[in-house]
This record gives sequence, structure tokens and C-alpha cells, in this order.
Amino acid sequence: MTDQLTPTAESKSVDAAPRRAYRMPRLMIRGRDLTAEAVFVGLVGILLLVAALTSDTFFTQTNLTNLLKQMVTTGLLAFGMLVVILTGGIDLSVGSVVAFAGIVTAGLVSGLPIPVAMAVGVASGILFGLINGTLVARFGLAPFVVTLAALTTIRGLAFVYSEVPIAPEDPAFFRLGSALLGPIPVSTLIMLAVFLAGGVFLGRTPAGRSIIAIGGNAETVRLAGINVRRYVILAYTISGGCAGLAGVILASRVGIAQPSVGVAFELDAIAACVIGGASLAGGRGSAKATLGGVLVLVVINNLLNLYGVQSFWQQVLKGLIIIAVILVQRTRLPGRTLT
Amino acid sequence: MPELSVTENLLLGDFPRRAGLIDWPAAHRQARELLARIGFDAIDPRTPAGRLTVARQQMVEIAKALVSEPTVLILDEPSAVLAGSDLDRLYALVRDLAARGTLVIYVSHRLAEVLDLATSIVVVKDGKVAAVTEPDRTSEDELIRLMAGRRLEQIYPDRRPGRGAARLEVSGLSRAGEFREVSLTLHAGEIVGLFGLVGSGRSELAQCLFGATQPAEGEVRLDGRPVRFRDPKRAVAAGMALVTEDRKRTGLVPGMSVRDNIALTTMHTTTRAGLIDTGRRRRAVTGMIERLRIQPPHCAGMPVATLSGGNQQKAVLAKWLLREPTVLILDEPTRGVDMATRVDLYRIVDDLARTGLAVLLISSDLTEVLGASDRVLVMNQGRITGELDPDRTTEDEVLAYSIGQAA
Repeated sequence: MTDQLTPTAESKSVDAAPRRAYRMPRLMIRGRDLTAEAVFVGLVGILLLVAALTSDTFFTQTNLTNLLKQMVTTGLLAFGMLVVILTGGIDLSVGSVVAFAGIVTAGLVSGLPIPVAMAVGVASGILFGLINGTLVARFGLAPFVVTLAALTTIRGLAFVYSEVPIAPEDPAFFRLGSALLGPIPVSTLIMLAVFLAGGVFLGRTPAGRSIIAIGGNAETVRLAGINVRRYVILAYTISGGCAGLAGVILASRVGIAQPSVGVAFELDAIAACVIGGASLAGGRGSAKATLGGVLVLVVINNLLNLYGVQSFWQQVLKGLIIIAVILVQRTRLPGRTLT
Repeated sequence: MPELSVTENLLLGDFPRRAGLIDWPAAHRQARELLARIGFDAIDPRTPAGRLTVARQQMVEIAKALVSEPTVLILDEPSAVLAGSDLDRLYALVRDLAARGTLVIYVSHRLAEVLDLATSIVVVKDGKVAAVTEPDRTSEDELIRLMAGRRLEQIYPDRRPGRGAARLEVSGLSRAGEFREVSLTLHAGEIVGLFGLVGSGRSELAQCLFGATQPAEGEVRLDGRPVRFRDPKRAVAAGMALVTEDRKRTGLVPGMSVRDNIALTTMHTTTRAGLIDTGRRRRAVTGMIERLRIQPPHCAGMPVATLSGGNQQKAVLAKWLLREPTVLILDEPTRGVDMATRVDLYRIVDDLARTGLAVLLISSDLTEVLGASDRVLVMNQGRITGELDPDRTTEDEVLAYSIGQAA
């Protein structure tokens, strides 16, 4: 028997050639590797095909409009989550922020103009994000712990604000969440605008590139003369702002704000990022792919509802489907994990 | 695994057990015996591996390889982070293993040790075997020629003709547990070598000069003005650049492209209407790739981790050159870098110095320090113990200063 051991500094370094567990055929178009995109489009295609073949109701306008509305909450939360995940962090507090922002907005509607009340709701999310980010970046606390504490604190605050659901009577309150522009809900357009702006932010601004680089290697970024703390705080603030906006839109769509809404929303947001190929270790992920992840997740949810699958089984199935999708998505990795 | 103790790293799950539970005293005893057998008994097996110096970690790695008593042992640059008595122990160990019938494949760029240790030498260049020879039939010069395709005298550029005004003046700089009362001056247009063994405080000094850590005492002047960098951001803004000793951990963002890595230091200034000006970035990055001859030439979009060690180092350097710094600190810039790329790096740094940069070259490679610098400072246990003229000193003298045994 022959043992081969290479105990060295270099052998563990990035110099070592990447090792692939297996090799799959790759789709190259103009020098770019589009395998992952192709897999993804195929996946969504299959999902939609299954939907068309097995459900009479999926491709009705009512259902599609409904689906687009359902996308908004998960979509907004997923983008904010993506930004935090890119830094190598996690934001577990978003579901509670959704509840808090919604209930505060609904509560203020009676005394303030609706846009102002809504702005306050979003601002509360931004403030929570700022606090989360500061605790993580300036005091060096673990993101998981900070945002877990925020999850329960903010949920508590929502109940402190109002133990019972608040249903504003002014019909103008429902407009943000239910207005349509042609067949497309306005709220969906807002979410798409966030993704569009978010894509530009992550791809083209120094702040966005810094956030991705921080997730890849924060010390390198710090030594390159970049203010790492500032951008980590910014990431959590964006996530908080997105959650605040999602909360306001959700309350407006449902027409009633509940302090108990949004439990486990953070899980769907994280799942959407991961399905879109984001690495929970940070440094890898894109707005476009995350939007794809949101689409997959929402279509699955919608189909299971149309089939009338019992909600507990829905949860089981959703978990299994997420694992399957992630296994397929793994083909986008060049077989090498960042350590 | 830096969080785990040396014992855990060594035994890696193969622990002695008693009643199904790990028998820790026995495990530590086993680890201690293992370390003692290879002459490294100074290491306490209970310390977390990450707290050890790089040199000590290297020894633990070597000890780990020996746990399974291999018949073939491949050591890839085992001496890269070792010096002094640690080196002697490593050599003794390798000889002992070979004498007892282990086949040792020893990968190294230190030619003296290769000639000293090996019974058969394989020279590899550009992924091909360039020659197979034996120590008695070859010489350092010939090995260099086989590796680099040129002679030793052609490796290091001529010394710089003279020096300009003082750029960086350091006086009495101290930081607890790292370095004490360090004073040195870097002039425009010179390369100052800083030699010291691992643990002598060289890298800590570099980090402190760069604002990554704060000194307890002392003064730093940049171009005559007193400065105190509270963070690297301010140091960079003032014209300082630091190529760190660990490319992967502090020099690169391995998952990002070559382009993103090279543009990292300049993206905040390369914007138009708040967005990164991709045209300007592309021109700047391709310009650097051409100027530093980073291979392959069209690597801008490739993940930086796919480049060879030497080309990664060039990418790190490119990142800093785009900032047009006035003081450049290089910490072990040629570690794990092949000979041909080293020659490139020496030439690039020489060019920079000739245009007025002040360069501090930190290295534990004696030949390099003496070959590439205009002056050599030696550090031992956190103090500068000597300043030598590379043309009038010997490797032995530099080494003597570095272990505190100079006359």
C-alpha cells in the first residue's frame, strides 16, 4: 500500500488546481459558460409544462395575477437577504420586520396621510437593519445570533404595538398591494424595479462590488483600503428596508395587518437565494438568479395549492424540491468551494 | 484545522478510547511522543493549531503526515516557512526517514537544500521535466539555468544607482509582543531588504506601518509629515501599498475574477455617475496584465484562483500599482513563486524603484534579500539588529544577526 501525503502550506492554497467531483457537459456561448443558466431555464420550463399539463387553472389570468402578487413578499425579502448573504452573513429577522412594518403602517393610517404612514413602515425596517448591521460590523457579533435576537425582539415589538390585527377602512390603503397596471400588479412592478436596481447596484457600483468581495475575503478587502464595516452595515440596512417595504405591501394587499404575520418568511427568502446559486459562505450570488429562485419557489407553492395538497405535505414536498433544485444548481460551481 | 488542538489535528479522529469516550491524557501523550520523535517537542499538543506560528503549524503538518507511517512521503515546499534550527530538524528528519527506507519526494526551490538532501534531482519547468540529475553531477548555477533558462547573475537586476529623499521615516516604533523600538528610513528609489526568521516580527511591523494595527509608541513620517494611520484605508490614501505574505488569506478574493481583484483598490475612483466605469476599468486591468505579463494574457474574466501562484502574486501587485503608490511594502513576495516569475517580479520592482518608489522587501530567503536589495536590515525578536551592505556581507553574517549571534 502506498500512502501519499502532502503536508504543506502550498498544497492547501489556491494554487492547487481545482478538482472536480465529476464533469458534466458544459454549454459555452461566446466564451461564456451558460450551463447554469441553461439548467435553470430548463427547470422552470419543466415546472411550467407540468403546471400546464396537470392543472386547468394554472394558466388562467386570475391565477397568474395572483402568482405575481404572491411573488412580491418573497421577492423583496430574497433580494435583501441576497445582499446580506453575499457579505457572508444572514438576516433571520426579516419575517418579524414584515409584521412590524405592516402593523405600524396600518396603525398610523388613521392619523397620518397614507404615503407618510407607509414611509414610516419602510423606515422602521431600515432602522432595524441599521441596528442589526451595526451590531454585526462594529461589535463583531455573529450575524446568526444578532438577527435571531432581532427576530424575537421585533416580533415582540409588533405585538406590543398592537395585540390585535388592524384593518384600516380607507380603501386607498389597499391600493399599493392590489392595484393593477393592465394584467400586472403594481406591487410586482415595484419588486421587479428593486431587482433591476439591485442588479445594477451589485454589478456596477463600488458598494455592490465591495459587498461581494467582502463575502469572498473580508481581510483582503480591508487591506485594500475599503471600509468593510460601512458596507456590512449597508447590507443589513438594505435587507431591513426591503423587509419593511414587503411588510407594507403585504398589509396593503391583504387589507389587514397582523402582528403574527411573516413567521418563517426568512426561510423562503434564504431558499430563493440558495436555489439561485448563492453561497451561504458569501461572495457568490446574483440578483438575476435570485429572482429565478423566487420564481421557482412561488410556482411550486402555487401548484401545490392548486392541487389541493394538504399544507403539512406542502412543507415536506417543498423541502424535498428545494434539495433537488440545489443539487441540480450545484453544476454551476467549478467543483471548488471557498474555504 | 486552526480551531482544533494540535492533538486533534495530529490524530484526526483516530483517538485512543476508554469506555467509548476519548481518553484525552493518552491522546495528548501520543501526540507529544509523535512530536518528540521528529524533534519538535517544544510544541504543546493542547494548543489550538491556529495559535501556533506558521513555522510551528508547518511542523504539525509534517508530524501529521508521519502518523500513518507512510512508505512514500511527498513534501511540497516543506521548508518555505522554516528557518534556523527548525530547518535543521526538518533535514535531520528527512535523512532519517530516507535511511529507514521511506521514499521521500522533496519539492523545493531552495537549491542548496536540494543539493544537500537529495540522491536524485528532477528539474521541472513549465509543467515538463527539464532534467534528471544527481547532486554530484550538477551545481546551483546549472540548476538555476535549467529552471529559469538563464544564469544566476541575470536573475537580479543591477543595484539602483543612488537614492532620493527620505520617504518613510520610522522612529522608535513599538507594539507589545510584536516589535520594539524599530527605527528605519526608506528613501525614494531604493529597495531595502528586511531579513528575519519567521516570528521575528517582520510581518507584524508591515501590518502596523500599513495601519492594520496600531503602534503603542513611536513615530512615522511620510515625506516629512508625521502620520498615524488609523486604518489601512488612510494608509492607502496616503500612497502606501502592502503586498501581504499570504496571498490567499489577505491578498486576493479567490472566488472573484482577475479583473475584480486587480480593480479592487481603484473601483471607488473609477466611477461615472456613481457607477463603475467598465471601459476605464477594462483598459486599466488589461494594461496591467500586459505590463506585468500576467499569464494567460486573456485572464481578466477568469477566477483569480485558477492562475498559478506567481501570476496570482502579479495580480496582487497589479492591484497596488494601479494606485500609483509612493511606498511599497512587499512581504515575502516570492514565496511559492516559480523561478521565471520571480525574475519578472524582481525586474518589475526594480523598474518601480528606478521611477522613485521606496520599496521595503521583507523576505526569509537570504539569496533574494542579498540579491535584490540596496541595503539589508536584519530583524531578531522584534528588534532591528543590523544594517548591512549586501555587497560587503555574507549569508552567514546576515543569518548571525537574525538569530542574535552577531559579533
